Amino acid sequence: MFGTLTLSAFAQGPIVLGAQLFIVLGGLCIAGLVTYLGRWRWLWDEWLTSLDAKKIGVMYMIVGVVMFVRGGIDALMMRLQQALSVGASQGYLTPEHFQQVFTGHGTIMIFFVAMPVVFGLLNLVVPPQIGARDLAFPFLNALSFWLFAGGAALVMLSLVVGQFATTGWLAYPPLSELQYSPGVGVDYWMWALQISGAGSLIAGINFVTTILTKRAPGMTLMRMPIFVWTALGSMLLVIFAFPVLTATLAMLGLDRYLGFHFFTTGGGGNMMMYVNLIWTWGHPEVYILALPFFGVFSEVVPVFSQKRLFGYTSMVVATMTIVFFSFVVWLHHFFTMGAGADVNAFFGIMTMVIAIPTGVKIFNWLFTMFRGRIIFALPMLWFLGFVALFTLGGIAGVLMAIPPADFELHNSLFLVAHFHTMIVSGVLFGLFAAISYWFPKVFGFKLEERWGVRAFWLWVVGFILAFGPLYLLGFLGATRRLDHYPAGLGWQPLFIIAGVGAVLIALGVGCQGAQIVASIRRRVQLRDATGDPWGGRTLEWALPSPLPEHTFGHIPQVESRDAWWAMKKEGHAPGVLGVPGTDRIIRVPANTPLPLYMAGALFLACFALVWHIWWLWPLSLSGFLGCIIARSFAHETERPVTL
Amino acid sequence: MFGAAGIIARQESTLIIEALLLMLVVGIPVIALAGYFAWRYRAGNKDARYEPEWEHSAMDELVWWAVPFEIVLILGALAWLSAHTLDPYRPLASSAPPLTVEVVSLNWKWLFIYPAQGVATVNYLAIPAAVPVSFRLTSDAPMNALWIPALGGQEMTMPGMVTQLHLMADGPGEYTGLSSNFSGEGFAGMQFPVYSMTQEEFAQWVAQTKAATSSLDWNSYEALAQPSDNNPAAFYRLSDPNLYTEIVNQFMASTSGGMMMDDN
Repeated sequence: MFGTLTLSAFAQGPIVLGAQLFIVLGGLCIAGLVTYLGRWRWLWDEWLTSLDAKKIGVMYMIVGVVMFVRGGIDALMMRLQQALSVGASQGYLTPEHFQQVFTGHGTIMIFFVAMPVVFGLLNLVVPPQIGARDLAFPFLNALSFWLFAGGAALVMLSLVVGQFATTGWLAYPPLSELQYSPGVGVDYWMWALQISGAGSLIAGINFVTTILTKRAPGMTLMRMPIFVWTALGSMLLVIFAFPVLTATLAMLGLDRYLGFHFFTTGGGGNMMMYVNLIWTWGHPEVYILALPFFGVFSEVVPVFSQKRLFGYTSMVVATMTIVFFSFVVWLHHFFTMGAGADVNAFFGIMTMVIAIPTGVKIFNWLFTMFRGRIIFALPMLWFLGFVALFTLGGIAGVLMAIPPADFELHNSLFLVAHFHTMIVSGVLFGLFAAISYWFPKVFGFKLEERWGVRAFWLWVVGFILAFGPLYLLGFLGATRRLDHYPAGLGWQPLFIIAGVGAVLIALGVGCQGAQIVASIRRRVQLRDATGDPWGGRTLEWALPSPLPEHTFGHIPQVESRDAWWAMKKEGHAPGVLGVPGTDRIIRVPANTPLPLYMAGALFLACFALVWHIWWLWPLSLSGFLGCIIARSFAHETERPVTL
Repeated sequence: MFGAAGIIARQESTLIIEALLLMLVVGIPVIALAGYFAWRYRAGNKDARYEPEWEHSAMDELVWWAVPFEIVLILGALAWLSAHTLDPYRPLASSAPPLTVEVVSLNWKWLFIYPAQGVATVNYLAIPAAVPVSFRLTSDAPMNALWIPALGGQEMTMPGMVTQLHLMADGPGEYTGLSSNFSGEGFAGMQFPVYSMTQEEFAQWVAQTKAATSSLDWNSYEALAQPSDNNPAAFYRLSDPNLYTEIVNQFMASTSGGMMMDDN
């Protein structure tokens, strides 16, 4: 009846019990709160069934933040274990539990934090920046979100029912094969990535189509805001890279479920093929995450320097160069797998080449500041923090592009420190800049500054304390993923400092929570009455805040880059694009619960596959197909809004 | 990188330091420039020039495409040359004949086989100083990577395949070796001491180990290969000189022919 699922899947010891109770009680509390406030109908009508990109963007962000807290708790658990587990002390986690925690941390932070905030941001910003009311395929957009949410739910469920993978976030075989990982952990990991990955691919297609076909009249490619260019680059990478991930995981799945031998030890399997394939996806993935935030900085720096972006054309060329080269560097993730010197050197040099356009972007931002009038608002602070950390992290990265240097640094904590520097400064600082910058556009009031500044300094100082020691530990020969190490190596003080840094970062996150609360309480004073609180340059700032349901009252004719800046010079007042044109009735996508049902069906199907519940997955899959058929009969997919 | 005690590790450390300095020559000014521009062109400073429409200068942009390009040209040359001179597959030049050590990563311990000496060890590596050591690496477990940071870079071990690594210790000493590629539950315990000793000491050590009571052949190997963690050092007489080849080739049984995966 329940496949391999038995009651023992729930009994995981006291620490996991705490997490289980936290998740279950947390869920009940939220449900209780919604019931108490009588908000179920509102939640369903306004959010869960919405096809509106503005709402879907916010939901992506909320789930991303929730998962960020989960991944952050994982990080603190790892720091505590490594600070304690030295010599005679074994720390407070078993090796197996520690391994679940670091696998969960990596998987969650990349797939269920960084990816959703990218998609969330694109949902919120791309349509108003290009003068579109919605995406090309609103239904698929909701489906993308719900598939992602289904994957996230599967990861969280693995904490309550059974275990998560203990293989590291990329699950190299043969460790991830049945022979060495017979439990449900790898299956949870694999299916969570499969459904959220399908969502990502659909979203990539959706955004590329949107950007190519739904721009306002007159907005040629070379008049698009740089954020839209970077979104386009990132989503092109999604389209080319994610099918590789899907195929690779499918092959691993065939190995695990049907006794195939793609990557097994013996039987003609070749694990090196997996490593190549997973990084063929994995390296472009880095730029899928980073590019949109380069775009954010390209929006933020000109606005707060009160000056045009320097070197627009260079920025476009640099972005597209990065897109191309991101597909020819994957081998630098395994210089130590025995490829010859020629191959290693080729991929090393390609890796350095990709640093050139990145360097150009940094110079262009700096020369945007040059002869500007810089306002040190929060987004600008995050930018400055980003420049300093990203430059240093980039140097560490180019260093490891030299194969023999990598031989002494690969899989050490130096590597861990390097990619955290890039992702924290590139993705998270970019995200924080983006949130401070676009928050008023989405919610109608600005975020208050004081808690934001505190958060900034805690993040920067905490980051240096948390990852500076890891660079040193890498030089000392400390490898990643150690649940225990001998006392004689002298690593413990550095791990303790890193732990202190992690606590400071956690306090920074706390300040960000306080910032949201304080801003909500002071929302009347912080209200963005004009819709253009920063002196913006792009179309979204010509709209009222928060954006109305139909986004644009009328679609403008774009005559130049920085379209809103040009309109302002011609004397247009803020909020001008919210004013209706000749069209008084605008059609927006009608709500439908089908995307939610479809993702729910796939979630159940994956759960059934994880636990080998053979009757449930065909049933769920039929439900999924039934939804597709039902949708094909839907006539009224839009509803009118009268302005 | 700190405490290099072998010719490879020293060259790799030098390479790391040179490359770092070269990049900091650009990186530090960039960060300084960001700080300076931020300060100089702050909104409150009305003395600074303000040119809100200045957005393009072909010359300037050429310069900052060129600067990273030049650096990459130099680093690229460095990468190409060093990838070849420090290729882990490249035998080390020395007047002393090399010592071959066959390495098998197991769940979760290291097996070192000295075919010419007829001995084997677990979680204990003895090598003669100033003699090139030619490691032949494989795995009978998930992937691992052999890394002795003081002596030089790492190389991965994979079942059914043989990779190579060449290292040489400068002089006698004691170092730590470990696995750098995560391989499962007992991974953290895959650390072992590396003893570099004079040639006489090494010969003595071999003779001593040869007198060990336990011997290693396929049967005792199969028992050894069972998962276990935090294994203490163990010493064996090698009674099956082809053991390593058998370990590597065991996965070929189900396919046709007896092709050797060892590329020697």
